[in-house]
Amino acid sequence: VSGVFCWGAGAGQDVGRSCILVSIAGKNVMLDCGMHMGYNDDRRFPDFSYITQNGRLTDFLDCVIISHFHLDHCGALPYFSEMVGYDGPIYMTHPTKAICPILLEDYRKITVDKKGETNFFTSQMIKDCMKKVVAVHLHQTVQVDEELEIKAYYAGHVLGAAMFQIKVGCESVVYTGDYNMTPDRHLGAAWIDKCRPDLLITESTYATTIRDSKRCRERDFLKKVHETVERGGKVLIPVFALGRAQELCILLETFWERMNLKAPIYFSTGLTEKANHYYKLFITWTNQKIRKTFVQRNMFEFKHIKAFDRAFADNPGPMVVFATPGMLHAGQSLQIFRKWAGNEKNMVIMPGYCVQGTVGHKILSGQRKLEMEGRQILEVKMQVEYMSFSAHADAKGIMQLIRQAEPRNVLLVHGEAKKMEFLKQKIEQEFHVSCYMPANGETTTILTNPCIPVDISLGLLKRETAIGPLPDAKKPKLMHGTLLMKDNSFRLVSPEQALKELGLAEHQLRFTCRVHIQDPRKEHETVLRVYNHLKGILKDYSVQHLPDGSITVESILIQATAHSEDQGTKVLLVSWTYQDEELGSYLTSLLKKGLPQSTP
Amino acid sequence: MAAHLKKRVYEEFTKVVQQQHEDLSTKKLRLTKPSKSAALHVDLCKATSPADALQYLLQFARKPVEVESVEGVVRILLEHYYKENDASVRLKIASLLGLLSKTAGFSPDCIMDDAINTLQNEKSHQVLAQLLDTLLVIGTKLPENPSVRMRLVEVACKHLTDSSHGVRNKCLQLIGCLGPVEKGVAKEAESQAAKDVQKIISDHFNDQDPRVRTAAIKAMLQLHERGLKLQQAIYSQACKLLADDYEQVRSAAVQLIWVLSQLYPESIVPIPSSNEEIRLVDDAFGKICHMVSDGSWVVRVQAAKLLGSMQQVSSHFLEQTLDKKLMSDLRRKRTAHERAKELYSSGEFSSGRKWGDDAPKEEIDTGAVNLIESGACGAFVHGLEDEMYEVRIAAVEALCMLAQSSPSFAEKCLDFLVDMFNDEIEEVRLQSIHTMRKISNNITLREDQLDTLLAVLEDSSRDIREALHELLCCTNVSTKEGIHLALVELLKNLTKYPTDRESIWKCLKFLGSRHPTLVLPLVPELLSTHPFFDTPEPDMDDPAYIAVLVLIFNAAKSCPTMPALFSDHTFRHYAYLRDSLSHLVPPLRLPGRKLVSSVVSPSITPHEDPSQQFLHQSLERVYNFQHLDPQGIQELLEFTIRDLQRLGELQSELAGMADFTATYLQCQLLLIKALQEKLWNVAAPLYLKQNALASAAAKQILEETYKMEFMYSGVESRQVVIIHHMRLQAKALQLIVTARTTRGVEPLFGMCEKFLQEVDSFQRCFISELPHMQGSFVDKLLDLMPRLVTSKPLEVVKILQTTLRQSTFLHLPLPEQLHRATANIIEPTGESDNPLRFTSGLVVALDIDATLEHVQDPQGTVKVQVLYPDGQAQLIHPKPADFRNPGPGRHRLITQVYLSHTAWTEPCQIEVRLLLAYNSNKSKASTRIPKSTWSESLEALPPSENGIEGTIPFSKPVKVYIMPKPARR
Repeated sequence: VSGVFCWGAGAGQDVGRSCILVSIAGKNVMLDCGMHMGYNDDRRFPDFSYITQNGRLTDFLDCVIISHFHLDHCGALPYFSEMVGYDGPIYMTHPTKAICPILLEDYRKITVDKKGETNFFTSQMIKDCMKKVVAVHLHQTVQVDEELEIKAYYAGHVLGAAMFQIKVGCESVVYTGDYNMTPDRHLGAAWIDKCRPDLLITESTYATTIRDSKRCRERDFLKKVHETVERGGKVLIPVFALGRAQELCILLETFWERMNLKAPIYFSTGLTEKANHYYKLFITWTNQKIRKTFVQRNMFEFKHIKAFDRAFADNPGPMVVFATPGMLHAGQSLQIFRKWAGNEKNMVIMPGYCVQGTVGHKILSGQRKLEMEGRQILEVKMQVEYMSFSAHADAKGIMQLIRQAEPRNVLLVHGEAKKMEFLKQKIEQEFHVSCYMPANGETTTILTNPCIPVDISLGLLKRETAIGPLPDAKKPKLMHGTLLMKDNSFRLVSPEQALKELGLAEHQLRFTCRVHIQDPRKEHETVLRVYNHLKGILKDYSVQHLPDGSITVESILIQATAHSEDQGTKVLLVSWTYQDEELGSYLTSLLKKGLPQSTP
Repeated sequence: MAAHLKKRVYEEFTKVVQQQHEDLSTKKLRLTKPSKSAALHVDLCKATSPADALQYLLQFARKPVEVESVEGVVRILLEHYYKENDASVRLKIASLLGLLSKTAGFSPDCIMDDAINTLQNEKSHQVLAQLLDTLLVIGTKLPENPSVRMRLVEVACKHLTDSSHGVRNKCLQLIGCLGPVEKGVAKEAESQAAKDVQKIISDHFNDQDPRVRTAAIKAMLQLHERGLKLQQAIYSQACKLLADDYEQVRSAAVQLIWVLSQLYPESIVPIPSSNEEIRLVDDAFGKICHMVSDGSWVVRVQAAKLLGSMQQVSSHFLEQTLDKKLMSDLRRKRTAHERAKELYSSGEFSSGRKWGDDAPKEEIDTGAVNLIESGACGAFVHGLEDEMYEVRIAAVEALCMLAQSSPSFAEKCLDFLVDMFNDEIEEVRLQSIHTMRKISNNITLREDQLDTLLAVLEDSSRDIREALHELLCCTNVSTKEGIHLALVELLKNLTKYPTDRESIWKCLKFLGSRHPTLVLPLVPELLSTHPFFDTPEPDMDDPAYIAVLVLIFNAAKSCPTMPALFSDHTFRHYAYLRDSLSHLVPPLRLPGRKLVSSVVSPSITPHEDPSQQFLHQSLERVYNFQHLDPQGIQELLEFTIRDLQRLGELQSELAGMADFTATYLQCQLLLIKALQEKLWNVAAPLYLKQNALASAAAKQILEETYKMEFMYSGVESRQVVIIHHMRLQAKALQLIVTARTTRGVEPLFGMCEKFLQEVDSFQRCFISELPHMQGSFVDKLLDLMPRLVTSKPLEVVKILQTTLRQSTFLHLPLPEQLHRATANIIEPTGESDNPLRFTSGLVVALDIDATLEHVQDPQGTVKVQVLYPDGQAQLIHPKPADFRNPGPGRHRLITQVYLSHTAWTEPCQIEVRLLLAYNSNKSKASTRIPKSTWSESLEALPPSENGIEGTIPFSKPVKVYIMPKPARR
C-alpha cells in the first residue's frame, strides 16, 4: 500500500508558522518554512526535532519549497538551513527569491538590533541561505531528482506567490500556499489546470466567508480619499511595506491620473522603495492591465507618488501619505498620526486588521481619547475609516480552485479549526472527496492508487486493442497477457512468449462438467436436440455437430452418454479449456436448465 | 418584341467589344490553355523523385486554371494519384483537387465518383483527411443534389471508425455540412444514410480525442445552423461535456447548450440528486453561469456573451446572478450595495464611518449554504470582477441585454454598472456607461447612485465625460437635490474642462426638459434672485451662467409658472440666447411678450402632418405639369423648389426629404432650361455663350445627382434608378452639346460608344425597375437602341436630342426616412485672431472636432480637406479610430490634421472643410444587383465604368489663421 504522508510542523489549524512535511512515494518534501509573529521564544520557529531525530536534515529531505515571501511562510528559513543545518535545494520563484532576503534582513534587524536578542541568525546566514535557493519559473517543470519533479502555478496573493505541484511517478500533491482567486489592481487571479492531484493542500484563512465584490470597497476608498483631499484635509494610510501597499498605490495613482488631481501622495520608508523596484522588474507576474501597458509606461513608475520626508508632515494643504507600520503601534505612521489627529478635516484609513492593544485597534473601536507615552492625552478629531483589502481566497474561491484542480483528497491548513470544520463538510458534500484538517504535529496518511508502468510489446498491444470497440483513453481496458517481473522491470508479454522466455512447457487446463438430463430418447437424438437448442440460442458462435456424435461450440466439446443405471437420464459431458471459462460456464448453466419441452 | 430587340442589342454590342485590344489578349491566353494540362502531365511524368513532383505541383498550384480545362487537369492529377507512392505528393494532389473543384463555374459532379474511389485504397491518414476535405468542397458546390450529398455522408460515416483524429474530424465536419436536414429526405433515401445523423454525431461526443469531440459539437452546431432541429436528448450529453478537460470542447459545449436552451426553453428537466424539476432554459442558464468561473478565459468570454441572449430565463434565476450570498464567519452579511440602499432609505447620508459597520448579522444555517453548485449565484459578480477585461466587457454587454428586457433586473444591476465606472481599463468604463445609457429609460437613480455616477465627470478622458453627459441626458432623477447635485458637478466639470461646453449645455437642456417640476423649486437659488433686493446682473458670456439658463429655460417650457420667478435681465438674456443658441433654448410663451418666432409654434406635433401633406401636394402639382406651357413649367418648378427649401429649413424632420426633392426638381429645371436654349436651332459655333450655359447645366446636374445618391441616408433602389436616369439624361445632354460645338466626327465616335455602354449598363443594373419607367428617356432610348447602334454619331445625337425633349418627367417616389448627411465643425471655431505660428518646414497639428450626422460608414468616406491660400489643396484621411459613435446616426470626428508650408511674410487664412468621398463603383445600385449577374458582367464592364470617384463638400468651411515663420538660423 502506497500513500502520501503529510505532517504539519506549523500551520495545521493555525495561522502563521506554515511548515508542512510531505512524504510522497518515498520522497520527503518540506513545504514552506515560516515563523510565528506572535511568539518571541522558541515557539516562533517550527519544531524541527521531529525530523532531526532520524539524522541530518539534508539526508532526510529531498527539497524545500517556499511558496511566497511573507515571513509566516519563509521566516524560519535561515534558522532552518544555517542553524539547524540543511544543504539541499530550496525552491522558490524569482520574485520571491529577490524580495525574501530583504524582508528577512528587516526582520533580523528588528529582533536583533531593536530588541537585542542573541542567538538569532545573522546577515551572513541569510546570504548563505539564499545561495542554496534555486529559482523557478511559472509552469516550468523542475526535475529535483530522477523521480521527483515540481511545477509552479500562479497564485495571486503577493508578487511571486506560487502554488506548487509535487509529483513522483503518477502520485502528486498540490500545495497552494496563500492564494487569491479574485484579481486586484496589481495581481491576477490564481490559476491551476486540471492536474487531478492525489492530494490538494490548501490554505483556508477565509473558510467561512464569502466576500463582496472588490469594486465597492475600492470605490468607497477612492471616494473617501477624494473627498478629504478636496476639503483640503490630509489622509494617512498606515500600511505594511509589501503587498497591499502596492495595490493601494496603483489604485490611487490611476485615480489621480484619471481625475487629474494635483494633491501630492507620499510614500514612506526605504524598504518599500526597494521592493517597488522589484515590482517594476517582475512585470510578467502582475495583472493583465499592467502587463499590457508597461510598454508605454510601467505602472509602478509612479508619477504622482513621491518619497516622503519627515518635514513634509507639517506642510500646509492636502496630501496623502502611506506610512509604515500598518497597525499604528510605532514608527513613522504613529508620528504622523499624532501630528494630524487633532484636525477634523484629516482622515486615517486603516486598510487591514489591527491587533488588540495597538493604537490602530483602539481608534477603530471608537476610542476618541488616547493615552500616549508620558501621560499625554491625545484627542482624536480626525475621521477614522476602516477598509478591508485582503488577498486570500474566500470560501467560494477555495471551492473554485478545488473544482479546477479536481483532487482526490483535500487537506486544509492555515486556518482556524472551527472554520475549517465548516469548509471540510462542504467540500465532502459537494465534491465527494475526503477532506482532512490535521492539527500541528499530527500526521495524515492518505492512501493512493499508484500506477505501476508496465512495458508491453507493440504486437500484443495492437492485437489486444483490435478486439472490441475503439480504445478510449479515459477508460481502463482489460487485456490478456502474462506479467513478467524480471530485474525490477515489469513486462506484459503474450503467454507464448512468456513460456518461451522462461523455458517452460505449456500445460493445458481443462474443465469438465457433467450435466444430467432427463430424456428417454436415444443418445443421438438427445445430441441432436441439444444441438438444435444450442444452435437456436448461440447465434453468433459456431456450433457444430461432429460425425462422431459430439457437439462443439467454438472449442468446447459436448458429448452425451446414457446413464449407466438409468437409461432415461442422459449425461452430457461438457469440457472446455480455461481460456474459454466464460463461455463454458455459461453453457453448463444453460444446459442445466434443461432442454425445451417442445420437440418435433 | 422587346426581348428580341434586347437580344439584338447584346449581339451588336459584344461585337463592338470584341474589336477591343484587351479581348484579343484574353483570347491569346485561351489558346495556350489546352497545353497547360498537357504540360502538367509532361511535367509529372518527367518527375524522377517525389520531391520533384511536389515542386511541379506547387508551381502549378500558383496559377489559376480556366473553367473549361478543370476537368482535364483533374483527370491527369487522378491518374498520377494512383501511380504515386509518396504520401506527401498524394496529399498535395488531394488538396489540388479541392482547390480545382472550387473554380467558379465548374460543376464537380463529374469528378465525384473518382474522388470517392480514391478513398478506397488510401492508407495514409493525412491523405485521407485531405481527400475528405476535397469531398466536402465538392459537396458544398452541389447544394441541389441530395443524392450526391447522401452518398458523401455515407462515405464519411464509413470512415468515422478510422484511428486517426484528423480523419474523424473531417468526417464529422463533412456530416455537419452535408448531412440531410429534413427528416423526410433521409427516410426515402437509401438504407444506410437513413440513419439519424444526429445520433452518429452525438456518438462522437465521447471520443477519446478532444479535437474530435470539438468537431462533433461543431458539426452539431452546423446542422443547427442549416436548419435541422436538434433533439432534446442531446442536452444531457452536452451538459456532461461542460466538465471536459479541454477548453475548446467546453467552449463549443457552452454554445451547444445555449442553442438547445433556445430550442426547448419550456421543457422540463430534472435536477440531479433531488426530485425537483425546472425549465430547461433555467437549467441551461445556471450551467452557463457556472462556466463564467471556468478556468479558461476563452470559455468565460463565451459564456458571458451567451448569457446576454437568454432572455426567456425566469427572473428568479436572473436576479441570483447578482447575488453572491455574502457571509462572514458563517453569518449572513449584507453587501455594500444593500447597506447603501438602507442608509439612503433611513434618511442618513453618510456611509461607513464606523468600524464594524459591515458587521455580519444573523447566523447562517451551515447546511443551507451551497458554496459552488448554486448555479446562477453571483455569476455576474464574478464576471465583472474577472481578471481579463475581455470577460468583463462581455459581462457588461450581457448585463445590458438582459436589463433591456427586464426592468426589475435593470434596477438591480444598476449598482454593479456604477461600480464598473471605476474599472482600470477605459474601454470597460466606457462600455458600462453606454450600457447604463441604454437601460436608463427603465430606471430612476437614487441620490447616492447619482453621486457616484457624477464623480466620474472629473475623468480626464474626454470620451468618458461625453459618454457620461449622454447618459445624464436620459436619466431620471428622483429629487431636486439630485438635480442640484448634477448641476453643481457639471459646472465643476465645465471649469475643469472648458472644452466640454457644448456637450454640457446639451446635457442640461435634456435634464431641464425632463424634470421641470424638480427644477422649479431651485430656480430662485439658481438665478440668485431675492424677494426684496435686486441682485447684480450676471455676466452673459459666462459659460456657467449660460448652462444654468439652459437648464431653467428648458424646464420652463413645460412649466408655465416658472417665468414668474424670472427677473428682468433674465428675460433679456432669454431673448439673446434664443437667437444665439437656438438649438439649446426652446421657444417660451412668456407673459407680455409675443413668441419670438411665430413660424415655429411651440407644439410641433400637431403640425407635422400638414407640412408633410404640403410636401406631397406640391410634388403632386409638379408631376402633373405636362400640359403646361414651357414658361409655366419653369415658374412652377422654381416656386416649388423655393417652397421646399423653406420647408426644409422650418421642419427639421422633413429637411432631408425636402432637400432631396428640391435637388431633384432643380436638376429637372436645369435640364428643361438647357433644352430650351436657342442654340439647338442655329449653327453651333455662333452661340458659344448659350452653349456654355447648357454644358454648365449638364455638369451641375451630374454633380447634383452624385450628391443625391451619396449624401442621403435611407435612399432606396427606387430612388437610385431615378437618380441614375437623371444622370443618364445629363450625359446625353453633354453629348449633344459637345456634338454641337466640336468640328469633325472623330472624337464623337468614342463618346457615342461610351454613352451607349452606359445605357447598356444602366439597363443591366436596373432591369427590374424598367417596367416602372414607361415613357421615360431610357425607355424610349432602349426601343431605339438597334437603330442607335448602327447609325453614325451625328444621327445618334439627333435621335438623342429628340428623345430627350419628348421624354416624360419621372415621378420621384419618396422613401420612408431620408436624411441628409451633414457635418459641423465645432473646432476650430474660425473666430480666433491669433495666428497659429509655427516654423516653416516643420509641421503643426491642428485639432479638429466635428459632428457628423447621418453619414454611413464615415471611416471610409469622410475626408478632411485643407485649402491653402496658394490654391494648394491637401486631402487627409482620418484614422478609423478618430471616429466615435455617440448615438444612432451620429458620429463624432476628433482628429488632428498636420499642416506645413513654406514661410509666409504675414499670417493668412487657410480653409478646412470636410468632404464626403464617393465611388460610383461602390454605389448603392451595384451592391443591390444579385451576385450571379454581377460576376458575369464584371469582365465585360469597361474599366472606365469602374472608377468615377469624387468628393462632395458637406460642411461649411472654417477659416484658420496660420503663420509659418521662416526658420531661424
